Amino acid sequence: MDNITIKKNGLHGLLLQLGNKWMIFFLLLEVIIFSIISPGFFSLNGIQTILNNSPSILLLALAETFVIITGGIDLSVGFVMGFSSVISAKLIVTFVGLGMNDALSIIIGIVITLCIGIIPGFLNGILIGRYKVPPLIATFSMLGITHGISELLIEGSYAKNLPKLAGKIGNGNLINIVPGKTVSFFVSPAIQRGERLIEILPNMFVIAFIFIIFFAFILKSTKFGQHTYAIGGNVDAAIRAGIDVKNHIIKIYMLSSLFATIAGIIYMLRFVTGKADSGMVFLLDSIVAVVIGGASFYGGFGSVWKTVIGCFIILLLENGLRMLGFPTFYKLVLVGIILIFAVLIDQFSPELLHKED
Amino acid sequence: MEYLLELKNLTKRFGGLVAVNNVSMEIKEGEVVGLLGDNGAGKSTLIKMVSGVYHPDGGQIFFKGKEVKIDSTRKALSIGIETLYQDLSLAENLNAYSNIFLGREKLKKILKFINILDHDYMHEESKKVLDRLEIEIPSLRNRISVLSGGQRQAVAISRSIYWDAKLLIMDEPTAALGVAEQKKVLELVLKLKSQGIGIIIISHQLYDVFSVADRLVIMRRGEKVGERNIEETNPDEVVSLIVGAEKVKQ
Repeated sequence: MDNITIKKNGLHGLLLQLGNKWMIFFLLLEVIIFSIISPGFFSLNGIQTILNNSPSILLLALAETFVIITGGIDLSVGFVMGFSSVISAKLIVTFVGLGMNDALSIIIGIVITLCIGIIPGFLNGILIGRYKVPPLIATFSMLGITHGISELLIEGSYAKNLPKLAGKIGNGNLINIVPGKTVSFFVSPAIQRGERLIEILPNMFVIAFIFIIFFAFILKSTKFGQHTYAIGGNVDAAIRAGIDVKNHIIKIYMLSSLFATIAGIIYMLRFVTGKADSGMVFLLDSIVAVVIGGASFYGGFGSVWKTVIGCFIILLLENGLRMLGFPTFYKLVLVGIILIFAVLIDQFSPELLHKED
Repeated sequence: MEYLLELKNLTKRFGGLVAVNNVSMEIKEGEVVGLLGDNGAGKSTLIKMVSGVYHPDGGQIFFKGKEVKIDSTRKALSIGIETLYQDLSLAENLNAYSNIFLGREKLKKILKFINILDHDYMHEESKKVLDRLEIEIPSLRNRISVLSGGQRQAVAISRSIYWDAKLLIMDEPTAALGVAEQKKVLELVLKLKSQGIGIIIISHQLYDVFSVADRLVIMRRGEKVGERNIEETNPDEVVSLIVGAEKVKQ
């Protein structure tokens, strides 16, 4: 105990205090800087833009949070997302073609996609949990497989002819206000020329966020979450404590694919299409978000809420740079730099950073 | 008197190699037995048959007078045989009480149907068992990684005791510890002994073994080469048994 108190003094102490909370300050700093130099950034429109872009990265990062805490990594999430966007689009178009009504086609299409979408995760889990294939290899293979199948299904193009209703749901907002006239929920009302429509909270963001809240709770407060941390901390200890590690790993990778699948369905609803590579750019982003959130590639650490902060650091950066007129490539460079920065903090942070739960 | 654990003619082969050959030993409640031998003497293999990691190719195991088949580590735990491994089997990223309850978490219901971890209960119960063993740890909410080697050992031991261990097998319990901490762990061993728990200690540190054990069992090349009550022997004799410098009939 003595050495802990000594180390709390001076610069070291400051770093220690700042250490596991730096991402919160970083996010606030971004908000302040972009609000000053880019008018309109901190406006309803600006916020809506960020929230509209958020579901993919939020869900993929949620997937990586669980996986990385167990000491693994899932490289397949981006293309499982693309795969699901293609499968769901294809199914819905087929059902509509069979004469089913639009709403029913969309619902059944989504349900079937959810079932198919967890298959890559199940296979990853079997390979990693049962056959001890390194996660990098197993999920990298799955990346190729899902990418290939998606491209075959859409013959190198993209899935089209989805019913308009899909886009209405996908681009709708939870609250829609026409000032002085109506308030509606989920779907935008028709507006006349000259009328202003205020939209608050995109539907798809709300759905993603419900998953975030639920699984943050699962990770933090349940036996499942506790075992996830234990496996990442010391897999032998977990086995000796009687935890069914093989099955747990399978469940973790299935969850990961489930979140990626939901991201794919959300993409399909939002852009009214299915694209094989729709999730490609989010792979790096989601892993970076998790690492910014204090997770370690060695496993055992990480939290859903800190991952969410990591996601918004990237989303704000993206939107801020875009509004200032920089090409997207700057974002990639900066995200790469932030990843290195975050990993260095992890490397050099004394264990004391993680003193208490 | 009935033995807590009785091993009769246990044999374990790995291919052509006989790792444990026809070894018998027994231990009573509240007795500390030191299991000694050089590397490769078969101590670990013998112990792993008791903790359910290996299955004997021959011989019988009796626990509290009844023959038992220990076919898994879970089975060993369920009848009250706990093994503390050298690397402690603790998840360093979790706190002390979470480790004590790892795999057997106490849950409580919220909203009548959702099971969540009952942190307060686990914290309180862990505190009780640590108090009973007179173990001091700054905070049970601290992650294991900030605890010293001795404190970690104490947490691992508390965990066994909390889950009602009747027989505790300790593999090199003092190997990675400083002198003061070694002493504390040995005191803890005596404390457990006084509470009626049978303890088998595997150690290379003769001093440690001599300071706590009642009896020594010495193995060499898979065979039991000697058994001594602690007051009837001395370190020199034990060393010569371990290295085989002296032929002694059992």
